[in-house]
Amino acid sequence: MIHVLFFASLREAVGLDGWQCPLPEGVACMDFDALLAALRRRLDAAGYAALTAENVRVAVNQEFIDSHATMLRADDEVAFLPPVTGG
Amino acid sequence: MTEIRIQTEAFSMQEEWGKLRSRLGTDAGAVAAFVGLVRDVQGEGPTTLTLEHYPGMTEKSIAAIVAEAERRWQLAAVTVIHRVGPLQPAEQIVLVLAASQHRAEALAACTFIIDCLKTDAIFWKKETAGGDARWLQATGEDLARAAGQRAAVGS
Repeated sequence: MIHVLFFASLREAVGLDGWQCPLPEGVACMDFDALLAALRRRLDAAGYAALTAENVRVAVNQEFIDSHATMLRADDEVAFLPPVTGG
Repeated sequence: MTEIRIQTEAFSMQEEWGKLRSRLGTDAGAVAAFVGLVRDVQGEGPTTLTLEHYPGMTEKSIAAIVAEAERRWQLAAVTVIHRVGPLQPAEQIVLVLAASQHRAEALAACTFIIDCLKTDAIFWKKETAGGDARWLQATGEDLARAAGQRAAVGS
């Protein structure tokens, strides 16, 4: 399983706090694009569009990634983060 | 000598000030403080500001900002406390304390940390006023201030 998390406005757009993405049987890892493809199947069009908006950042195990080629392994945590507003 | 905390409960300025002082040696000559308060949305009735964070990664994002400040200025101690959850107007939301040998460093570091917290720390604010809820966006001014901070001190 890959643990997918959605925060703030994305959680509301997607309608889920998170999702457990199963890895295909006999497969040890998948790239980020494969996760997106699985999310496209799981979510409605509006939810998927929100996740793939240009200003959304993605973190794997709490580190930002900038490549869709990033490999994901079982128990990795993948978070979708909308633009932040702290302070 | 850095303390970073994310919490739902209110903080006491006096208490945090005392704790920071107890971490200081005798060579610190200045402590600069910033406290952020929840602002009311004018004329839209009761406002609630609800803050969300990403436990673990939010603390790391603040630690990275403080580490950057520590590379730029000689700091004796830093405290950053940020609240999450529902907050009402006039409540304290964020505290930054920066101690250094001299006032210029303490003031500059305190300003740098709060400006970067606005744009780099992982928090999301939702404002509920008059029955409407909306997620806030970082303003152009916030982004410009953080960029200006980084440009001003060089890298």
